[in-house]
Amino acid sequence: MATDLPPPYTALTRHPMMPRASHDEAARFNFLTHFNRYLSGPIGHGNRLAYETRVLPAFRAEHGREPQHRYEIRDAMNRDPWHRAWSTLKRNSMEMRQHNGRQVVLRQLDELDARARALNDASGQLELDPAIRQPDYQTVVDVHCQPGGYHGEERPGDVSAGANYDVGIFATTGGALGGLTDGGGQAVVAWVQQQHPGWRPRRILDVGCTVGHNAVPIAQAFPEAEVVAIDTAAAALRYGAARAAGLGVRNIRFVQADAEDLSRWADAHFDWVQTTMFLHELSAGSMPRILAEAHRVLAPGGLILQVEQPQFTEDMPLFEQFLRDWDTFNNNEPFWSSMHAQDIHDVMERAGWPRERQFVAAVRAVVDRSRFPGSPAGPQEDFGRAAIWNAYGAWKQAQPRDLAGEQTA
Amino acid sequence: MSEQSLDWVALAGRRAKGRRPQFLDDPAVERLYSLVLALAAEVSALRERQDTVERLLDDKGTISRADIEAYAPAGVAAEERGLATRAYVARIMRGFQQEVEAMAAQDPPIMHVVEKVSRA
Repeated sequence: MATDLPPPYTALTRHPMMPRASHDEAARFNFLTHFNRYLSGPIGHGNRLAYETRVLPAFRAEHGREPQHRYEIRDAMNRDPWHRAWSTLKRNSMEMRQHNGRQVVLRQLDELDARARALNDASGQLELDPAIRQPDYQTVVDVHCQPGGYHGEERPGDVSAGANYDVGIFATTGGALGGLTDGGGQAVVAWVQQQHPGWRPRRILDVGCTVGHNAVPIAQAFPEAEVVAIDTAAAALRYGAARAAGLGVRNIRFVQADAEDLSRWADAHFDWVQTTMFLHELSAGSMPRILAEAHRVLAPGGLILQVEQPQFTEDMPLFEQFLRDWDTFNNNEPFWSSMHAQDIHDVMERAGWPRERQFVAAVRAVVDRSRFPGSPAGPQEDFGRAAIWNAYGAWKQAQPRDLAGEQTA
Repeated sequence: MSEQSLDWVALAGRRAKGRRPQFLDDPAVERLYSLVLALAAEVSALRERQDTVERLLDDKGTISRADIEAYAPAGVAAEERGLATRAYVARIMRGFQQEVEAMAAQDPPIMHVVEKVSRA
């Protein structure tokens, strides 16, 4: 029996806020899960074959040289019939995931909103601030083709955006993130507990938390700590706070805030600042301001850890950069390309973390392997979506821990 | 907040803000891809439903709609259904998969072969 099959949609944990998918709605997500894996697996290497057998030879013939930038490869591949057909399949799969998720959520929105209100009123774990405006980089397009992005509402005060995000990310990631879609947060926890077993952070800030998939497992792993999860999008926070309360996780608060201005928290307030798949959703102007604020609120000896897909370094072949860049142009991730092309170590150094204090750790989703087989890697990897990340980290000065075993930047 | 019921069917289909890339030369073909893929998902869902009905009938002899909605395959059933969906996707995607194979093979045009075998 094949062991690498994705789990059925019904393997997801039905926490109290999780929208209830009907038999056929779950089956549609199952189709999309398999379809996404098919696009990156059995036919994924078609892009490389098209490139090597005809696109690259034609480029060399036309220009008399090798491609020098991923955008040159993109321009050439966008004229190739295979890549165009593959891209429209992939784009449609994204759109179908959104459509199915929104059908599931919107038909039961009354119940979801009522459940969220009840949970949030009882828990006090949600703190909204109507003065927070959505940053332009969040409204210029609907991020990853999610109608309304993270902040949109079908009616004032609803949870539709967060609920849709939670109900369908299983299909987008091929079921690789586990029963609570928290494999990223679990990976961060596992890394900290293995590398720094004695560390007991008291105050933790998760920046750009959306619905808290990756912040909740941190709160669960450090029950003595106080976790603050911030985002600009109230629609995602309402759902996230209710989701956490429904899961019985009490040591986390969901606070509406723009990370460019963390002035409500004093210098050195937090022992740990975490971002998970967040930097690529920003802009060139906001990222350094956010990192500077993160540095300011981090205590001496404290940890910053930023989980992202790998950067486009000089070591990464241009063709792989091109593949990893697909979402920038075809899935409404406009900062993905230029963010991944930056020297993240420079960016962090300018924000206050000297290079010698920085490190990179490889992390993979931590999930219940008996039910969730994880992300295919190697030639079958779904670039941009695989649960295989780099954690770009640094300890603020005056920390005594032994960094042996970590790769210094 | 008012609890007016939403036209969820219309609202669920809202497009994402941001110009959609046009992947293919003919927009009509682009639309056909969307239509065929949506139908493929529906057929897949129907197949799962049929499988659910059969498994429940095997187990219980009689079933209700509620039984179908509550069905969550585990263990061997989950693997068998996963494998069936994988095989289904492979069937509908055969044309694409064989195009990839053909790119790797780089066969000459058939006339070259016809001429070759007619000579030797």
